Amino acid sequence: MSILVIAEHDHAALKAATLNTVAAASKIGGKIHVLVAGSGCAAAAQAAAALEGVAQVKVADAAHYAEQTAENLAALVVANAQGYTHILAPATTFGKNLLPRVAALLDVAQISEICGVESPDTFVRPIYAGNALATVQSADTVKVITVRTTAFDACGQGGAATVENIAAGPDLGLTQLVGRELTKSERPELGAAKVIVSGGRGLASGENYHSLLEPLADKLNAALGASRAAVDAGFVPNDYQVGQTGKVVAPQLYLAIGISGAIQHLAGMKDSKVIVAINKDPDAPIFQVADYGLVGDLFQLVPELTAAL
Amino acid sequence: MVHERYERAEETNVKILVPVKRVIDYNVKVRVKADQSGVELASVKMAMNPFDEIAVEEAVRLKEAGVATEVVAVSCGATQSQEQLRTALALGADRAILVESDAELQSLAVAKLLKAVCEKEQPQLVILGKQAIDDDANQTGQMLAALMGWPQATFASKVVVADGKATVTREIDGGLETLAIKLPAIVTTDLRLNEPRYATLPNIMKAKKKPLDTLKPAELGVDVAPRLTTLKVVEPAKRQAGVKVADVAELVAKLKNEAKVI
Ligand SMILES: Cc1cc2nc3c(=O)[nH]c(=O)nc-3n(C[C@H](O)[C@H](O)[C@H](O)COP(=O)(O)OP(=O)(O)OC[C@H]3O[C@@H](n4cnc5c(N)ncnc54)[C@H](O)[C@@H]3O)c2cc1C
Ligand SMILES: Nc1ncnc2c1ncn2[C@@H]1O[C@H](COP(=O)(O)O)[C@@H](O)[C@H]1O
Repeated sequence: MSILVIAEHDHAALKAATLNTVAAASKIGGKIHVLVAGSGCAAAAQAAAALEGVAQVKVADAAHYAEQTAENLAALVVANAQGYTHILAPATTFGKNLLPRVAALLDVAQISEICGVESPDTFVRPIYAGNALATVQSADTVKVITVRTTAFDACGQGGAATVENIAAGPDLGLTQLVGRELTKSERPELGAAKVIVSGGRGLASGENYHSLLEPLADKLNAALGASRAAVDAGFVPNDYQVGQTGKVVAPQLYLAIGISGAIQHLAGMKDSKVIVAINKDPDAPIFQVADYGLVGDLFQLVPELTAAL
Repeated sequence: MVHERYERAEETNVKILVPVKRVIDYNVKVRVKADQSGVELASVKMAMNPFDEIAVEEAVRLKEAGVATEVVAVSCGATQSQEQLRTALALGADRAILVESDAELQSLAVAKLLKAVCEKEQPQLVILGKQAIDDDANQTGQMLAALMGWPQATFASKVVVADGKATVTREIDGGLETLAIKLPAIVTTDLRLNEPRYATLPNIMKAKKKPLDTLKPAELGVDVAPRLTTLKVVEPAKRQAGVKVADVAELVAKLKNEAKVI
């Protein structure tokens, strides 16, 4: 068996999700290679070579990988797919955008967002917003898989893989980047944070969201998250959304504040170790998953909690 | 409410295909079958996949703005998928195609069926949902793009079509990204792209008279055999029921001494 992991990176460094994906590859077993395709991405390639369990890093360095578009990357992956039994990427927006394109070009199925490895051809994945877990077996010669990062602890460091440069694939010229608006924050990344303070419609405004939750998040060194309702209402940007169609998180501590607990929200946070809910409605569904529930007015309780920490 | 981005009609030749899937309604609490073969579908409320409603809405707005000439809804699946196609027609699609099959259709098979439909229909734009909320696959649009050799803009929160290209803002993990892609192209919708309208009674009546054609996978020359076998479906482990605490002091004490997370 031989596994190709597609690295997610920003050319200078690996994204944390790559480490979880390598960890999932280790569970499958066999030789692990990592593909780093980028523009001026030598540093990211070096970081990949230092990951525990990685035997070889393949680097394709070309200007047309700067924007990481699915069209150009998929062509490159397919050109280098020969000999691999598995191709893995994280189930982030990067991996979800890219890997089905790879799978279709190889004429194989994609197994989305695995959260468990039963054997080299059998995997567990959530369906119906995590209300059910399916065990699926693949009959394809190459298994193309995205990995739910919260289900696999990051791999360790201390590897010493060889680094090989490979030829770039074609620049298909199908897509042009117009611009990016990335959220800048001093806080830990949602996906990697140990503590998350998440706010919902109950906060009533973006101003309240920030003035109440930021001091609390500061005390806990927490990342900030939100329900869809809070994002739709414009309290915070889209990348704060936790849930079935937002980010899936599993921190040590998740505080749900003014969030009712719709199944689509629970899908993104119910694997957190400890869940705290603050809600004025004692019957809110969030209390069914909360380890500690506090019933009352968040406008009073949140400042109290911040002061008590 | 027509957003300004739909108002410019420079492109007058765009035919849009919108694939829609019949799924369990998003409000239904799904139950896993006792024999672990799947989830209970008998007498459960079904609906159009919510992301596909957004896709239909976007296509219809593009038509209303004079950018698109025709909106064709297509569904692959059992006969009952006609209901979702009628909904799409009531929301403003011009005609519908059912690729009828009782087989389990996985994303790759659907993408191949849609490719065959694209070859017949020659759309300039296909707008799909980003994911079906039953299997949560998030694959079909990207696969169709690959099979057609077309560019893709997934997870769209804004789409502007003009001058033979689509300028699409995408929701990505770090924020937003805007891509310009040449038509023909694939777009998949995210939740904030638009707010779908409700079908009015007169439009539901009108939809009954709009054309709905039926095709079979074999007529399209597509092998839909599944590649993945579901061995079992189980319920995830339930969380232990928690406790309600009386006040902030008790909460902080529990987090420190019992849960030991702060
Ligand atoms: C296809 C689809 C996908 C979706 N994906 C997601 C997703 O990924 N993530 C997501 O979050 N949602 C998602 N949703 C939306 C989801 O169904 C809910 O609508 C949403 O999660 C509700 O957000 P909320 O809990 O903030 O708002 P509400 O449900 O309105 O809850 C607000 C809560 O705040 C409480 N509250 C109000 N005022 C106070 C106060 N002063 N003090 C204390 N408590 C107060 C109320 O009691 C209430 O429980 C999706 C929906 C669909 C259809
Ligand atoms: N059986 C189907 N018929 C029509 N469209 C489908 C079907 N399955 C998936 N799609 C389309 O592909 C999108 C993504 O689905 P999926 O890849 O299954 O998550 C959906 O939102 C639909 O637009």
